[in-house]
Amino acid sequence: MTEQEKYDDIPGTTLFDAAKSRAGYHLNMFCMSLMDDANRKAFKADEAKYLDRFPMSPEQREAVLKRQWNRMLELGGNIYYTSKLGATDGLSFQNLAALMTGSTQESYAKMMIEGGRPITGNRSKSEWKNRG
Amino acid sequence: MAKLIAGVATSHVPAIAAALDNGKSGEPYWQPLFKGYEFSKKWIADLKPDVVILVYNDHASAFSLEIIPTFALGCAEEFPPADEGWGPRKVPVVKGNPDLAWHIAQSTILDEFDITIVNKMPVDHGLTVPLSLMCGQPKEWPFQVIPLCVNVIQYPPPTGHRCWNFGKAIRKAVESFPGDQRVVIFGTGGMSHQLQGPRAGLINSTFDKNFLDRFSADPESLTKIQHLEYVREAGSEGIELVMWLIMRGALDIDAKEIYRFYHVPASNTAVGHMILENRH
Repeated sequence: MTEQEKYDDIPGTTLFDAAKSRAGYHLNMFCMSLMDDANRKAFKADEAKYLDRFPMSPEQREAVLKRQWNRMLELGGNIYYTSKLGATDGLSFQNLAALMTGSTQESYAKMMIEGGRPITGNRSKSEWKNRG
Repeated sequence: MAKLIAGVATSHVPAIAAALDNGKSGEPYWQPLFKGYEFSKKWIADLKPDVVILVYNDHASAFSLEIIPTFALGCAEEFPPADEGWGPRKVPVVKGNPDLAWHIAQSTILDEFDITIVNKMPVDHGLTVPLSLMCGQPKEWPFQVIPLCVNVIQYPPPTGHRCWNFGKAIRKAVESFPGDQRVVIFGTGGMSHQLQGPRAGLINSTFDKNFLDRFSADPESLTKIQHLEYVREAGSEGIELVMWLIMRGALDIDAKEIYRFYHVPASNTAVGHMILENRH
């Protein structure tokens, strides 16, 4: 495997590399703008209109409006930026993690208290093929 | 000359700030974590360092994708707590030491580490959570702080080997500074955790405990860990552990382990903590 293929083989994980950073620049800078309270209010008042300020792709806009958290990562979003959109919605990192893993908040929190997601079975996409 | 006397490694989870700032540190979920730092608070209160060089990463607070410095050294008089979306943490303003910071900048650049000099920089939980863990909730932080901000968000972060050597250059810089300051260096972040995607919640205690053992006794071997191994074994955010190697590189190879603590979880993260003192 090439180095890139080895990274790509890690399941459920997006590497925020040059390609992702370039693709996600405006998406992430939109999220960054939500650090400002006036911007948060403007976004909440009319989300689609606010997004017009940022030259994002239609797919990125849709992912933001529908709060598709994993899709945002695929389209170049970075978790430290998308978490600012989460914070605007009142969601913590752990709330977002539960959403991205398809868990309920309760079962995700329970998994963490019990020691987290184990490394065994989570190193390679080949290990995820037979997941239910 | 100034002297680098000790190092502190610790995680810097934002939920720890939220727990402390909202008076939840005594709750059953958080109590074991804060108990794990009681020794450390006493240790640093007794040690009374003049300056702490605090190696951490910014989480899209001071820096965005507009500018991504690999190593950014805070040379200002002071650094305000950043507004991370909920208003700034109500913790003291961080007072710097521009004389020593500029000296470190000059010395390390001439040693071929092309760092970025920063004169204006709000500091987020990456820097203030380690201060809170080590000092509690004082009115003023009990020492000056020189922030050293490392990019670990945009791939690739600096290699562990580079961080280790940078730590050595920092040691040399500190110990060529005319003064009698007693300096401690913090390496923060980690340990295993992944905040993003369907694999979020990953914790690898075996990796972490092995890392702690080697961090104490065989630290140079850790410089061989490649980014791929960090991401796969310790999670996409576990790669923050390269920052610990700046701290460890600045210490004696045979620095004495004073204290160790490991706890799962703090929110999504495995918390690791170690104190080492130089012998020489």
